[in-house]
Formats: sequence, C-alpha cells, structure tokens
Amino acid sequence: MQKLINLGRGTLDYIAAIGSASMMLFGALFAFPTWKNTRLMVHQMYVVGVQSLLIIIVSGLFIGMVMALQGYTILVSYGAEGSLGPMVALSLLRELGPVVTALLFAGRAGSALTAEIGLMKATEQLSSLEMMAVDPLRRVLSPRFWAGVYSMPMLALIFSAVGILGGHLVGVDWLGVDSGSYWSIMQSTVEWNEDVVNGVIKALVFALVVVWIALYKGYHCIPTSEGISKATTETVVYSSLTILGLDFVLTALMFGIS
Amino acid sequence: MTSRKTELLVGIFVALAIAATLLLALRVANQGMAGGGETYTLTARFDNIGGLKARSSVKVGGVIVGRVSRIYLNERDLVPMVEMEISTEYANTFPDTSSLSILTSGLLGEQFIGLKPGFIFPEDLEMIEEDKVCETSPYENCPYLTEGEEIMDTKSALVLEDLIGQFLFNQGNE
Repeated sequence: MQKLINLGRGTLDYIAAIGSASMMLFGALFAFPTWKNTRLMVHQMYVVGVQSLLIIIVSGLFIGMVMALQGYTILVSYGAEGSLGPMVALSLLRELGPVVTALLFAGRAGSALTAEIGLMKATEQLSSLEMMAVDPLRRVLSPRFWAGVYSMPMLALIFSAVGILGGHLVGVDWLGVDSGSYWSIMQSTVEWNEDVVNGVIKALVFALVVVWIALYKGYHCIPTSEGISKATTETVVYSSLTILGLDFVLTALMFGIS
Repeated sequence: MTSRKTELLVGIFVALAIAATLLLALRVANQGMAGGGETYTLTARFDNIGGLKARSSVKVGGVIVGRVSRIYLNERDLVPMVEMEISTEYANTFPDTSSLSILTSGLLGEQFIGLKPGFIFPEDLEMIEEDKVCETSPYENCPYLTEGEEIMDTKSALVLEDLIGQFLFNQGNE
C-alpha cells in the first residue's frame, strides 16, 4: 500500500516538475528582452559567452590538432591523406563542434547559472525582487536565457573554425599534407546547408536545453548550501546526458535518411 | 565604465563569431557555386550510375561546370536517369554531340560525371550567326546543349564485379 502511495506521489511530483519547468520556459521565451533590458542581456552575454571564449578556443584548437594527427596516421597508409581536410571539417561541423561546445558550455556556464540563481534564491534576493514588484522571470531569468541561446551557437561556430585551423596547422604545416588539397577537397565535400547550418541548428537546440535545465535547477533548488551544490551537479549531469541523447536523435533526423 | 568594457568585449565576441561564419562559408563550404548562380538543366540516361549521388559534380577536363541535381529511374525502360544543373556561365558552350561518362577521382575518391565536348559542323556555326537559333526560346535547331535537352552519348560507371565476370568469361573461352 505504502509503495503504491509512494509511486503515485513520485509520478505526480514528476509531472508537476515538468509542468513548472515548461511554465518557466514559456515565461522566459515570451519575456523577450526589450530595449530596456538589452543591457542586462549584453552583460549576461559577457558572462556566459565572452568568459567561455578561452576554454572554447583552446579546446577547439587541440581537438582539431588531435584529429588531424590521428586522421593522418590512418589515412596516409591508404595514400588518402588528401581526405584529411574533409575528415576534420565534417566531424567538427557535424558532431564535435556542437556537442563538445555544449558539454563545455554546460560545465562552464550552465553550472555557474544554476549556482548564481540558487544563491539568489537562498539569500532571498528573488523574493525581494518580487516584493518590489519586479518580475524575477523578466529581470533575472530571461536575460540569462536569451544570452545563453545566442552565445552557444556562436561559440560552436568559433569552435569549429578554430578546430579546422588547428587541423591545418598540424596536417599541412607539420605533417606536410598539401595545403591546396586540404582546402579544395574540403570545399567540394562540405555543404553549406547540409553541414554548417545543421550544425548550427544542433547547437541552438543544445543551447535551449542546457540553459533551460540550468535555470530550472537554479530556480527550484532547495535554498541551502547543500541544495545549491546538488542542483549544480544535477545541472551538469542532466545537461550532458540530454545533449548526448538529443545529439543521436538530431543526427538520425538530419543525416540518417538521405 | 565597466559596462562600456563589457559591451566592447561582447562586440568582439560577436565579431569573432561572424568571422568564424565567414571562414566556414567561404573557405570551408565554398558558397560561390552552390549558392545562387543561374543554371540550366540537362538530362542523360545511363545503363548504370555506380556510386553517383545527387550533388556529385559535373566536370569538363577537371573544371567543375555543374552538379547532379536528381537521380531517378525511368519507369518505362527501367534505366537510371540523371538530371544535371549546369551553370549558365557555360550556356551555348557544349555541342550537342558531347558525351558523358561516370569517372572516379583517385582510387578511393568520389564519383563524378565527366563531360567530353563534341564537335560542331562549320555550316552549323554559320547558321548560328545568321538565324540566331540559340538566342530565343525554342532552341530546336541549336547545335548546342540547351535547357532540358537529353545527352544521348553516355558511358556507364565501371562496376568491378562486371569487369571480373567479363575477364573470367574471356579466360574460359581461351
């Protein structure tokens, strides 16, 4: 009997959580930044975008370099090292760019968002805002949400571009693949809509998911130091799992059936 | 003043993103040909198209002049039909005696269509000059390949299994 009650309670809690998360998402979506709080959003873009730039550029560079090195050692045994360019470019644009950026973004920016909002809740700043008749959804959540959604695809594009340049550095400058074939075979293989735009769409979806989870976890955390730490961990874990799961679904939709 | 600095850094961030997009568009994806560009359509029937795909390139002596836009099966004869979009930069360039063959770039490379330009009779050249048959819409007598025309002279892709089969057959005869 008690088990049945627990099951029912668990289900209801779960549905309620989904409900309040969706309400929050729609609240943030429709509280589109007006001119008045563009300034808030620009500041948040600095926090989530500009401050993530270093980690994105460094990891993009190294991932591109490693892929060129690994790809070269395999391709050279078939005499197909000319295909190094498309290999690096396609794997970055289609998969690694959006996915690794999203994972780093979840760790770097998502956790920070959760901790910040969680602490605002714990120190009752959010309640004070409501007391002053300022909607925390509009003032606190919406700028962060939109800043994240704008920044993530841009970070993913920078990641892919830096990675391709890193691949060029290792493949062409150090290992001696012909520069002309690196670029020209890449150009004849990579399609704008098929590869680049699909990668940006992926990044956009991941951005929505990561920022949504981060804000929800922060806004609904248990307002204690323990609760905040738990919420932060959950943000990173849930975001990462959702990114990898969604990535398979999106890849199947985009490239599976041709 | 911190706010100004923030705005500047965000501006740099957005500029970097735009630079990355431009690099991807121009250097990596080569938007030049694929983007706009007026094209005209040619069709051709093959016995076997091998590994040809939509978006494969059409080349004349290695120069890309167009792309395969559609591959479908002709329902009457059950042979593959290939539709190609050729850049209008090359309109009224290829004689209608041109031939197509499916070639492979390198040992493991992708397959593409090689277009080999044919010839034009000198009296046809005079006719183009005098009657302007290639300038207005029904191009009936135009000796060049024009919109919607079918190229008759085609060579199929080489299929390794067929080649081996033929080789064995010849060996058996000896």
